[in-house]
Amino acid sequence: MTTDIGLWGVPLAILGGAIRVSTPFIFVSVGEALTERSGRVNLGLEGTLVFGAMSGYAIAYQTNSAWIGLLAAAFFGMLFGLFHGWICKLPKVNDIALGIALMIFGSGLAFFFGKPYIQPVAPHLPAISLGWWSDVPQVQAALRVNVLFIAGIALAIAASWMLKNTKVGLTIRVAGDSADAARALGIDVNNVRLWSTAAGGALAGIGGAYLSLYYPGSWNEEISSGQGLMAVALVIFARWSPINCAYASLLFGGAGALGPALQSVGVTQGYYLFYAAPYVLTLGLLIATSSTTRAMTSAPGELSITK
Amino acid sequence: MTTEAGLAGPAAGTINAETAETLGRKLDAIFLPLAALVVGMLIFSIFLLFLGKSPIEFFQIVYKAGFGTSFSWTNTLARAAPLLLAALCVALPARLGLVIIGGEGAIVLGGVAAGAVAMLAPGLPGFLGIILMGLAAALVGGAWIGGIGALRHLRGVNETISSLLMAYIAIALMNHLVEGPLRDPASLNKPSTAPLPDAWRIGEIPGVGVHWGLAVGIIGCVLCWLLIERTTWGFAARIVGGNVKAAQIQGLPAGLLMIGFTALGGAFAGLAGMFEVAAVHGSANASLAAGYGYTGILIAFLARHNGLAIIPAAIVFAGFEASSGLIQRRLDLPDATILVLEGIVFITILLSDALQDKVSIVKLMKGARA
Repeated sequence: MTTDIGLWGVPLAILGGAIRVSTPFIFVSVGEALTERSGRVNLGLEGTLVFGAMSGYAIAYQTNSAWIGLLAAAFFGMLFGLFHGWICKLPKVNDIALGIALMIFGSGLAFFFGKPYIQPVAPHLPAISLGWWSDVPQVQAALRVNVLFIAGIALAIAASWMLKNTKVGLTIRVAGDSADAARALGIDVNNVRLWSTAAGGALAGIGGAYLSLYYPGSWNEEISSGQGLMAVALVIFARWSPINCAYASLLFGGAGALGPALQSVGVTQGYYLFYAAPYVLTLGLLIATSSTTRAMTSAPGELSITK
Repeated sequence: MTTEAGLAGPAAGTINAETAETLGRKLDAIFLPLAALVVGMLIFSIFLLFLGKSPIEFFQIVYKAGFGTSFSWTNTLARAAPLLLAALCVALPARLGLVIIGGEGAIVLGGVAAGAVAMLAPGLPGFLGIILMGLAAALVGGAWIGGIGALRHLRGVNETISSLLMAYIAIALMNHLVEGPLRDPASLNKPSTAPLPDAWRIGEIPGVGVHWGLAVGIIGCVLCWLLIERTTWGFAARIVGGNVKAAQIQGLPAGLLMIGFTALGGAFAGLAGMFEVAAVHGSANASLAAGYGYTGILIAFLARHNGLAIIPAAIVFAGFEASSGLIQRRLDLPDATILVLEGIVFITILLSDALQDKVSIVKLMKGARA
């Protein structure tokens, strides 16, 4: 069997890229879906993601364990989430503006403390080869799947089930749909939102650690190209359902892999335009799925971003 | 409140109490953001102390490098020019309740538009060329951000997210144009458009040593203040910002105002890009994406979206950014130090909104008289 698969390399590279690129999107968007279901928007996840990437890499380097790095990233992400949730408890604080502030603050702190870690090499997170049945190296490469991808899919399913079937899920949904109804039920709305934002922050931290500890697999100041923010847009497109978030993430990952895939078969014209594909796709979906006249289907009633 | 004063004295006392309250509100509008800035700098000082660095030395360096000499003032004011224009791109839509954070996109494309005009007709005389570049940059920037306002009005697309996505698209578009169709073959290491003809370069304001972008920025801020505070359009915009539905019931053209104000803000940001090309870099290249659009967000929020207040706020942060190099060398701190300071100040500004009703001169006065 010949290994020259010609143009078939493009869809294969897109598939492999979709799996690789989508993983951080899955974590950030499932996390943001939980936060938004509770009635709050955290735009600061972009900063959390960058700080997660830096802290995960730095701790993995110091302890020589990618898993401890991942845990540290989740912990710091949670702290950022708690910080956002705590400030939003105060009256008159705009959650969107605070998100922008935390985007600057998180990136700033990450760049500040991350300077010494740009050069050193930290251990990577392990991958599983699901392409053992094929002789074609491209197939094998496309199906080398990171553990976190599988964990992310499981998380999306679990989060959807949790929101639908458990008391915690119901509490989150009530807090997000009507603060008054929640208060009538004796639910502390601010507290529910605080912990939902904390969970969202922790997941965004994990998404960031995936970037620095697996793909692209190193820490630098350009590590995030807006994934944290695109994930927020993606949640709207996914209609606040964690499972849909996973599907949408795969779609976005595929779009993000388009440029490198075409480049690998020698298409170099318009590289930067292909690079912009995920942003154009996000914007297009946002335009297609937004509406002025009717309230968005299944949007949490308390959400500032859809009001 | 008035009844209490009325009970205490004759009618004249009531009027006095009211003017005092208006004055108090004005003082509050100045005092709270200033307090937020100071508290933010204090928290940042604690951060420095934890790292074993001296905050006193830090602020001494900022003073010296940003405001200490006439040379540092020139440097600071040159950085303030694009920041003034970038802040307007946030402040104008904000008065209508729109949070636009993608001004960077309009700056970048405005700069590319200016570079493209110079390549199309380099033979034109200088003043005509500068006017054409300004028009092209303002049009492109205005259309870019105005489009975000239109999407918000027509389709209900969240403007915060769409503006930032469009900033990424704008930067990709700039890279494509500068490395492809608009590339000057002579620019080897740093792909750029062709250098502007010498006559098209924008010079310095005589006696100030800073390019004309500063004057345009200051005039823009004053005009925007007049537009918002002194015209019917501005009044209508503020009503829309307060409550869109109420404004529409009153027959105000909320959609037109949204598109108009976002487009105007975008035009200012586009001009910022034009001045960076025509007065600083000499051609359009990746240096255009220098982050002015993002610092502009912070400045607009610190100024509470008031055109006049943007001027001092922009100068303060221009000074911080101008001192970044010296801070790196003297204190051995990374270049992101200023970004950390900006993040902390941004958070304290938003916190000051929460305390608006608790810490207030108006309330103090009421308390004193009660």
